[in-house]
Amino acid sequence: MTTTMVGLRGVGKTFKGRNADTTALTAIDLAIEEGEFVSLLGPSGCGKSTLLRIIGDLTPPTSGEVTVNGKSPEQARRDRDYGMVFQQATLLDWRKVVKNIALPLEVMNLPPAERERRAREMLDLVELGEFGEHYPWQLSGGMQQRVAIARALALQPSLLLMDEPFGALDEMTRERMQMELMRIWQRTHTTVVFVTHSIPEAVFLSTRVVVMSPRPGTVAGIVDVDLPQPREFETREHPRFFVKLNEVRETLRGAGVD
Amino acid sequence: MAMTAAPVSEVIGSGRTRLRPILGFFVILLLLVGLWEGYKLLSDATGGNIPFTETSLPVRADDRSMPHVTHIVGSLFEPSRRGAEESLGAFLLAASWVTFKEALVGFAAGAIIGFGLGLLFVRSSLAERGLMPWVVASQTVPLLAIAPMVVLWAGKASMPLWVAVAAIAAFLSFFPVTINTVRGLRSPSPTATELFRSYASTPAQEFVKLRVPAALPYLFTGLRVAAGASVVGTIVGELPSGLPDGLGRQLLTFAYYYLSGPEKLYAAVLFSALLGIVFVSLVALAERLVIPRSRRVPT
Repeated sequence: MTTTMVGLRGVGKTFKGRNADTTALTAIDLAIEEGEFVSLLGPSGCGKSTLLRIIGDLTPPTSGEVTVNGKSPEQARRDRDYGMVFQQATLLDWRKVVKNIALPLEVMNLPPAERERRAREMLDLVELGEFGEHYPWQLSGGMQQRVAIARALALQPSLLLMDEPFGALDEMTRERMQMELMRIWQRTHTTVVFVTHSIPEAVFLSTRVVVMSPRPGTVAGIVDVDLPQPREFETREHPRFFVKLNEVRETLRGAGVD
Repeated sequence: MAMTAAPVSEVIGSGRTRLRPILGFFVILLLLVGLWEGYKLLSDATGGNIPFTETSLPVRADDRSMPHVTHIVGSLFEPSRRGAEESLGAFLLAASWVTFKEALVGFAAGAIIGFGLGLLFVRSSLAERGLMPWVVASQTVPLLAIAPMVVLWAGKASMPLWVAVAAIAAFLSFFPVTINTVRGLRSPSPTATELFRSYASTPAQEFVKLRVPAALPYLFTGLRVAAGASVVGTIVGELPSGLPDGLGRQLLTFAYYYLSGPEKLYAAVLFSALLGIVFVSLVALAERLVIPRSRRVPT
């Protein structure tokens, strides 16, 4: 029996404009179970990032009901139930890497020794053990993003929210990071909600791909990705992988997205 | 080519980075001295006219208008006035020290007020919209006009005169600190503030762990400008105050007796300039201690 980590019922979001209001999201119904890796996939303007921000209580919905870990998003945020990773690593450049990872633990007022221990543990998890004393600018873009992931996981959240985390990376680094993320997900069993506009990325990573269509943003269809776990380099050459890519493409086309 | 060039220049750079700015300073100094003396030579050669014309040079270059650099430097080792034991150099150094102390108090007050105002403006856009025009206006008011008033008020309130002088210095130095504090505290990206929101951080935590560290390089830029401004403000404040010991009074005196010793006025001007350089360098030194190398604003 699984429990629902994220529940969305009739969620809508309208941005008030000077002349006209813009409906970014309408009638979103979705339930994400514990341990799932769910991608929100769609073209620019389909509201996938807005939806993620609603789950993370960074912006309120204008209608509908949202539950995160069985609570209101605000309560979940206050309880630090989720970790957030943005497209930009957003590391504080005056802090060493290990201090960056310890930042959320400092905000939680954990004792220094405990902070240090957990930050080092996370650093090892993303395989950057020897870079703890470096400053962020001394790391490559991919390494910086790994630090951002370690920082989000330092809170040991039950939910990880990722907003196009590999969007600013080159293709090769991106594929390595996807492998890395799969390895981390296997080890932590964290539920992940992952926003992307890359079809292969969504299929490779996810247990389910939520395909979204724009104007106004809504769920066009959901594709179950029943590829074998753990996902490996060879997964991308699996015949089922191509079947799933096409299924996602068909869903996008069916929603009028070319 | 580029691959090999980079490490080589790094090696050269690392050994000389400390010396290079000082070397540059002296090169420019020599250049200025050369220009000064060259201009005098030119004037001598053409009888005070622009070469090949009958039009006179824009600035007269006789020894009264533009004393030789050697005379200016030499005057530092002569008695400060007839019969005095103290050399002019020692005399001006003592005057600079007095001015420096006043400027330091003014700078400190200006920095605190400036930072406080910056903080207020970031917290309340109402305060910013209401007060900013007045803050800007305060800087365009002619300092020479308000300095005597401040001195007068201080006198009426039976405060020591140096307090009035420091207040004038603070008046000039708070502004760059305010402007840069506001910019610095607003410099974190929206993503960074959302990150803190996602941690359910308190506003105080966000301020201490995000906004203040992000503002530091900006703050120090403001403090450097403020250091220079506080020296100017102190000297201008000293003029109407009648304080006998500072550089301002000496500038006034030497200007008064200019015809009998023009090099003394130039020497006093030189000390004022040096005081500014020393003050700004001290702020730069503090910046070096506070902010790691990678984050410093290049000078």
